[in-house]
Amino acid sequence: MTEASETRRRPSGEETKVQGEPISYSKYVLVWLGLIALTCTTAVVAGINLAALTLVVALLIAVTKASMVVNIFMHVKFEDKIFKVFLGIAGFTIFVIFTLTFMDVFFRR
Amino acid sequence: MADVAISPHGVAVHSYLENTGKRRGILAWILSTDHKRIGILYMISIFTFFIVGVILGLLMRLEMLVPGPAGKIFNAQEYNALFTLHGVIMIFLFVIPGIPATLGNFFLPIQIGAKDVAFPRLNLLSWYLYVTGGIVVLLSLFRNGLPDTGWTFYVPYSIRSGTDVTMAVFGVFILGFSSILTGLNFITTIHRLRAPGMGFFKMPLFVWALYATAWVQVIATPVLAITLLLIIIERLFSVGIFDPSKGGDPVLYQHMFWVYSHPAVYIMILPPMGVVSEIVTTFSHRSIFGYKMVAMSSLAIAFIGYLVWGHHMFVAGETQPAQFAFSLLTFLVAIPSGIKVFNWVATMYKGSIDPQPPFLYLMAFIILFSIGGLTGLVLGSLATDVHLTGTYFVVGHFHYIIFGGGVFIFFGALHYWLPKMFGRMYNKKVANWALGILFVGFNALYFPMLLLGYEGMPRRYFTYLPEYETLQHISMVGSWILVLGLIMMLWNLLHGIFKGERCGNNPWGGTTLEWRISSPPPPENFEEIPIITHEPYYHPEAVN
Amino acid sequence: MSEIAGTIEETEDHAKHLHRDEKGAKMGMWLFLLTELLLFTGLFLMYSVYRYLNTADFHRAGLETHPLFGTVNTMVLLTSSLTMVLSIAAIQRGRKWLSVGFLSSTILLGLAFLVIKLFEWSLEIEEGLFPGSQILLSKPNGEILFFGLYYTMTGLHGLHVLAGMIVLIFMLVFILRNKITKDDYIKLENAGLYWHLVDIIWIFLFPLFYLIN
Repeated sequence: MTEASETRRRPSGEETKVQGEPISYSKYVLVWLGLIALTCTTAVVAGINLAALTLVVALLIAVTKASMVVNIFMHVKFEDKIFKVFLGIAGFTIFVIFTLTFMDVFFRR
Repeated sequence: MADVAISPHGVAVHSYLENTGKRRGILAWILSTDHKRIGILYMISIFTFFIVGVILGLLMRLEMLVPGPAGKIFNAQEYNALFTLHGVIMIFLFVIPGIPATLGNFFLPIQIGAKDVAFPRLNLLSWYLYVTGGIVVLLSLFRNGLPDTGWTFYVPYSIRSGTDVTMAVFGVFILGFSSILTGLNFITTIHRLRAPGMGFFKMPLFVWALYATAWVQVIATPVLAITLLLIIIERLFSVGIFDPSKGGDPVLYQHMFWVYSHPAVYIMILPPMGVVSEIVTTFSHRSIFGYKMVAMSSLAIAFIGYLVWGHHMFVAGETQPAQFAFSLLTFLVAIPSGIKVFNWVATMYKGSIDPQPPFLYLMAFIILFSIGGLTGLVLGSLATDVHLTGTYFVVGHFHYIIFGGGVFIFFGALHYWLPKMFGRMYNKKVANWALGILFVGFNALYFPMLLLGYEGMPRRYFTYLPEYETLQHISMVGSWILVLGLIMMLWNLLHGIFKGERCGNNPWGGTTLEWRISSPPPPENFEEIPIITHEPYYHPEAVN
Repeated sequence: MSEIAGTIEETEDHAKHLHRDEKGAKMGMWLFLLTELLLFTGLFLMYSVYRYLNTADFHRAGLETHPLFGTVNTMVLLTSSLTMVLSIAAIQRGRKWLSVGFLSSTILLGLAFLVIKLFEWSLEIEEGLFPGSQILLSKPNGEILFFGLYYTMTGLHGLHVLAGMIVLIFMLVFILRNKITKDDYIKLENAGLYWHLVDIIWIFLFPLFYLIN
């Protein structure tokens, strides 16, 4: 995977990205350390009784870990905008599905 | 000159229909990764299943000859199997693959100036999955019998039914995969393989429609996949997720099922709407009115379509806030649909109308789709829905919209594009007569259903009260007239393919890219990839 | 190469003639990943609804899972994501054997994940906590649902890990045969994307099934 790339214009008018330098091994290891640290944090927090907050904190940590994997390991941060749009479409759909289903479930009984 | 194409290897081939290599006969087709051949493979298999579905429909109508229960041809169990299989075949094996897999496969690459789709081998795999899925569904007939659950497979009955729900549902699961891969292929193709100069806003509207549809296929179908998988898991392992006695929630099943199945109806209607834009411009000899609006409305329909699924569940036990939300959102989807209809009509205004068969199908579509759409509004409105849901009114509604709207345009599209695909013209007079008969039969078959539902007859019942007998009889006769029209239409088209008079590259005066190449097209579509300089539907001679 | 219209060989030629489209391949892969994401969304939806409706039962049932195994497995999978990405970094620099080493580690870590999971499941089955067991059925509905979802979701996830491993083994063979090189490693990148998705799904499964209490 490579760092942010620059845009060049082809004769046909089509834009194309030119790859920059590959990401260093150590950068990846740093991200991994962050992920491990977050995992430890979430395990420890689970032992503390925060009632309803425990779930929120756990999910927030999970989302943080996931976005680190998506952006760095899966390289989305450095990719063309279209990939972010694709991911956004999926994310929005998931949000809609949860929201509207809970519009029903939340008001039960 | 235009009729003879030279392939890149210097071999003179006339068209993609000819075999020029080692493989002969059927192998040259079922191992081909040429999008045009795959489109035709799909056409053959889809119409085979369509005919089975039609026969099932005929049998269901015949069953309604007498109110019963005495004198019935099929018993309750058999009738349940009939409407289940009819639904599964028509939806998953006919309309959903429908236009995208057949005409989309054939014309998408050509309309954007490409030589094939992004992933040709994946395309062939999609077809294999389609055929496999269809076979697996039918296999359920031979184990514990066809499912009797309805194509919606509602729990808990689908978990408890002694019929072979597992096999049928697994077949649908495989079909879902086929649909997903086609969608994935089309999205990538549209993003990556457009000819130089063809920005997104220079694409034909058919391509926009396929694009929006492909997104629905990719995002919605997996939710169906997991729902079906869970039915199988529940039946095999009794984990309890759909078993009320273990805390399972049947309404949750319905949510998950309709999260896919509502967007699915947009898979069914968006491609036909794309075709309408093609037909209306060609036969009005004018450019489309409001190109950008029509293009964006396809995306808007796909988007809003995700927000309305709960309108299938108004009486299933949804809580009030959800009912209100879904009813309100349902009315929203009429807006982009309305935009399309207005723009189509505006396109025809002051156009030079050429009432060829495809255009006449368009006329039929406008009437039938309007009836379907209006009855949809009646159902979308919570207060009226509670009386009409679960009745024949719903059956009438969706047949008007899916069959009268979507499938009639599928037929129209065949009349539009088959001459391009095979280079021969069918008999237009016969085509018009067939359409007339189809139209009469269709309305005789389905309008009574709207009335029956209004008068309270429930759907999926194999017996009925004597007061409904007259309407049922009209409907039954309608089905025969409809089938007569179908036979006439299909025979005419088939005859045209093999024995019709040769037509040139552009019998209709169309302006999109497919009309520039030979009929039938050469194997690689274009000798040279065209360079696009203006918008589609460019009619320099048009009166503005 | 035979000149045959409409056959696979013709298309191979024809695809090269279209020049290799790496961005297109990546797009296709991402679209496929989105479908997997939506597939698991259905399950996560089910989990959230049932947890909302049976909160106390879920908390009680959550005590029966083994957080130690869950945490170790999370570390295993996260590390495998690292080795995956390092494998690609290595091939980008033309370091073929380093890449092979990292990729093999990824596969082995995947195997370790599955072994630990199998061990964990057999423990739970021994304790009588499996679908249809007398012990489980005697518990309140919420707990039955919890374990139903537990086996279904971790099971389906495990199948995806297995599928991922098979794909990675193919990639390993491709590297060894020089089909994946410094100048053409899109296959490896795409396989890596799949592997990371499998990791991400576990990132969410972990707190939901192991850290409730």
